[in-house]
Amino acid sequence: MHVQSRRFLSHLAIGLLMAATANLSQPAAAGNRAFHTKLKNGMDVVVISDHRAPVVTHMVWYRVGAADEPKGHSGIAHFLEHLMFKGTDKIAPGAFSKVIARNGGQDNAFTGQDVTAYFQRVAKDRLPLVMEMEADRMVNLKLREKDVLTERNVILEERRSRVDNNPSSILSEEMMAALYQGHPYGIPIIGWEHEMAELNRADALTHYGRYYAPNNAILIVSGDVKPDEVMALAEKTFGEIPANDNAVRDPRPGEPPHRAARRVRLEDPRAGQPTMQRVYLAPSYSSAEAGEAEALDLLMKVVGGGSTSRLYKDLVVKQKIASSAGGWYGGSGLDSSRIGVYAVAQDGISLEQVEKAADAIIADVVANGITDDELERAKKNYLADYIYGNDSQSTLARRYGWGLAMGRSVEDVEAWPERLSKVTAEDVLGVARKHFDLKRSVTGYLVPAEKKAERKDPSAQGKTVSKS
Amino acid sequence: MISKTTPANGMLRAKIALAVMAIAIFSATSDARAMKIQEITSPGGIKAWLVEEHSVPLMALRYAFRGGSSQDPEGKPGVANFLTSMLDEGAGEMRAAEFQSKLDELAIRMQSSASRDAFSGSFQTLTVNREEAVKLLRMALNEPRFDNDAVERMRTSISTGIVFDSKDPDKIASREWFRIAFEGHPYARSVKGSRESVAAISGEDLSAFRKRNFAKDNLKIAVVGDINAKELGVLLDEVFGALPEKADIKEVAQVVPKNGPIRKVIKMDVPQSVAQFGHGGINRKDKDFIPAYVLNYILGGGGFSSRLTEEVREKRGLAYSVYSYVYPYVHASIYFGGVATKNEGIAESLKVIRDELRRMAEHGPTLEELVDAQQYLTGSYALRFDTSTKIASQLLWIQVEELGIEYVDKRNGLIDAITIDDIKRVAKKLLKPDSLIVTIVGRPSNIADEG
Repeated sequence: MHVQSRRFLSHLAIGLLMAATANLSQPAAAGNRAFHTKLKNGMDVVVISDHRAPVVTHMVWYRVGAADEPKGHSGIAHFLEHLMFKGTDKIAPGAFSKVIARNGGQDNAFTGQDVTAYFQRVAKDRLPLVMEMEADRMVNLKLREKDVLTERNVILEERRSRVDNNPSSILSEEMMAALYQGHPYGIPIIGWEHEMAELNRADALTHYGRYYAPNNAILIVSGDVKPDEVMALAEKTFGEIPANDNAVRDPRPGEPPHRAARRVRLEDPRAGQPTMQRVYLAPSYSSAEAGEAEALDLLMKVVGGGSTSRLYKDLVVKQKIASSAGGWYGGSGLDSSRIGVYAVAQDGISLEQVEKAADAIIADVVANGITDDELERAKKNYLADYIYGNDSQSTLARRYGWGLAMGRSVEDVEAWPERLSKVTAEDVLGVARKHFDLKRSVTGYLVPAEKKAERKDPSAQGKTVSKS
Repeated sequence: MISKTTPANGMLRAKIALAVMAIAIFSATSDARAMKIQEITSPGGIKAWLVEEHSVPLMALRYAFRGGSSQDPEGKPGVANFLTSMLDEGAGEMRAAEFQSKLDELAIRMQSSASRDAFSGSFQTLTVNREEAVKLLRMALNEPRFDNDAVERMRTSISTGIVFDSKDPDKIASREWFRIAFEGHPYARSVKGSRESVAAISGEDLSAFRKRNFAKDNLKIAVVGDINAKELGVLLDEVFGALPEKADIKEVAQVVPKNGPIRKVIKMDVPQSVAQFGHGGINRKDKDFIPAYVLNYILGGGGFSSRLTEEVREKRGLAYSVYSYVYPYVHASIYFGGVATKNEGIAESLKVIRDELRRMAEHGPTLEELVDAQQYLTGSYALRFDTSTKIASQLLWIQVEELGIEYVDKRNGLIDAITIDDIKRVAKKLLKPDSLIVTIVGRPSNIADEG
C-alpha cells in the first residue's frame, strides 16, 4: 500500500505554491491562499477558494489511522472507514453514496497509517447537503450486525486483490514488517488476514467512539466558495457536535536502535523479472529537523527521479544492467518516513550485480554530494509540480488536509516553496550521509520461482520468505 | 493509503475514462462562468479547440492521431506503443540524454500513449517556459531520432513490461478476452505486442509508422490554459505545420465480437480468481448508444449506485470491485466487465452477475433508477471540467469521436430525454447473459476449464 501511495504522498505531504508568475528559483512569499480557523468545539476549518468551475471538494480528515489500532486488531481503522457508509438514523444502510450520486456528486474515503479521510465532490449548491451528511455520520453511525459481517468479507477480498494476488505487494508488506521493529508502521494498513477475519462490530464502534469527534477532525473545502459561506454552514452542522476529550491518540511505541541491515527474499512463480528494492528509515516532514525533509526530497529526486536521475543514467543507460531503476522519498508519516531505491534486472543479470551498482551510486552521493546544477534542476521541478498542482482543487484540498493532519500549520504548508528554495548542496550532502545508513535499512529481492507441480491449495504455493 | 473503491487497474481506469468520455460533453451549464470553447484555425490551416484560462500560468495541450495500434504492421504488433516510448528519446540534433535533460530543466510534462484506435499525447508547460517547450514538442513529433542505443533501451523496458503483464491476473484475463472476441482482427492483438514481436521491431518500423500516421487529416487538438487564440495559431503552425496533409492509413474492418457463450480458465496459483466478461455493444453513432450508456450506469457503471455492486458486494460480500462498462471502439463496440473473488466464491459471483444481466434484459431498470442515473450523469458533468488538463482531455475526445462542438450543449439534454421505454428496449437489445465470453485467471472452484 505504501508503494501505491508513494507518489501521491510525496506530492501532497507538503506545502503550497508560489505566486503564479514568479521566477521559479525565487518563489514569492506565497500569497496566502487558504483561510484557516477553528470552530468552538475545536474542529479545524480550512477554505481554499478557486472560482474557475462551479464545483467544490469537501473533505473531513480524522487524526487517526492504522498506526493507532489496538494490538491484535489490525485493519480496524480501514474497516471502520468502509462501515462509515452503512448508515445513520437519517441515512438508510448503504444509502450514503447513493444520495451523493443522486445529487450529481462523487464520494470516497481513504485510510492511511496516520489519517482517515472522507470526501465528496459536488456542485457548489450541494455543499450544505454533504456537510450535513458528513456531520451526521461523525457521531450517529448505526451498524447492523449483518452489514458488518458482509463488509468484512469485502475487506478480505480487498486484501486478496491488493496484496495476496500480487507478489510485489507481498514483498513490500514483508519489507515494512522487517523495517519497523517496534513502531506500528510495520503492520499493513489493511491488516493481517488472520486479525481482519476476527474484526467485529464492537471493535469498529470502539474505534469510532474514541476518535471520531470534531476536535480530532479537520474540515477542508476547496473550490467555488468563500470562507464566510463555509463558516456559516460549518457552525450549523459540525459546530453542533460536542468535543470529546478522549479523542486523542495515545503515544505510539518507538523504534529501538537498529543495529543490523535486514534482507528479505521472496521467490514466487508469479513474479515478473527479478527486482531489487531497498528502504531506509528516514524522518518525515513532521519528525525531521528543520530543512531535512526538503533536503531529502531534493536528494532523492537527483538520485532516483526519472530518466535524468543518477540511478537511471547509470544502471539503465550506461551499464545496461537494469530495465528500470529509480528512487523516492515519501515524507508523509507522522512519526517517521522512508527513502528508497529500486531496480529491475535485465535478462541474465543478477540482482547482486544490480544492487552493487546501486550501492556505488549511493556511495558516490554520500562521499561527494550532488552538483549545484542538479540541485537547481530538482528545485525547479518541484516548484513546477506545485504550480501544476494548483490547477486542481482536489490536489489543493489534499495538500492542506495532509499538512494539518500531520500537525503543521497553514503557514508551514504555504512556506514550503520558500524552504525548498533555501536548501543548499551542503544540506543535501548532510542528509545523504545521515540517512543512507544500511543498519537502518531492509533490502528486498523478488525472484521468479520455477513453477512447482500443480497443487490444489494455492496458499501453499512455492513462496519462501526469509529474514536474516 | 487505501480507499473504499478502486478501479481494478490502470488500464481499466483508462478504459473507463474513455468510455465516459465517449459521451462526455460539456455541461450546458447555466453558470455565468461557463467556459467558452473557441474553434481555432491557425494561419497554416491547423484546427484546434481552445479554452482560455489565464488564472494559472500553465498550458495543457492534448493531441490525437487516429489510427493507433490497429495500424501496427502485419506480424509486428506493438509498433505504435513502442513509438510512444521513443518521442522523448532524442530528436533533431539532441540525443536522448540531452533531450530529457532539457525537458527536466524546463519542467515540461510530455507523454504519449497508444490505444487500439489512436496515438495520443499530452503536453503541459508553464507559461514562462512555453517558447522553448514548444520547440521540443515540435522536434519530438517531427524529428525523433531512433538512435540504436535508445531503441534497444526502450525495447528492453517494453519487453520487461510484457513479462510483468504476463503474470498479472487482470492483464491476462483481459488479453485473453480480446484474443477470443476479436480473433483474426487487429483488435485481437495486444497493444504492447508480444516479446517476440517487440524483438523484431526496428527503428525503420517506428519511423515508417510515424510518417504514415502523423498527418494533418487525422489530427485533433485541444488546448486549455494561459494562451490566447493568436498565440495558439502560431504555436499550432510551429508544432504541426510540417506534417503531411494526408495520413496513409490502412483500412480496418468493422467487427463484431465472437458470439458466446465461451468460457476460458487460465490456471494460476492465486488465492483470488479474476474474471472478465462481455459481448458486443452498441456503436457510438447509434441512437441507442446513450440509452445504453445510462443503462450501464444503473447496471454496472455507477459504483455504489449500480446493481452489480449492490448484489455482488453490498449484499453478499463476494468482491471488493465489480463493474461493467460500454465501450465504443472505432471498428467495434463492446459491453465489458470484471470481478475478482476468492477461488471458492468466483462461480457464485459470476452466477449473480449473469442473473443480474438477465433480470435487467427482461425487466429493465425501474423509473426511480433511471431518474437517479439521469440526475447523477447530468449533475456530475461539471466535475469533469474543473482542471485545465481534464478540460483538455474532454475536448480532445469529443473531437476524436466527431461529436461536434455544438454537442457540448446538447449532452445533458440527450440524457434527460431518455424514457423508461427507451431504456427497457435497449436493455433487451444490448444484454445477452447467455452469450458472454468469460475469461477467468486463478484456480476457480466448481468451474470447468472450458465451455
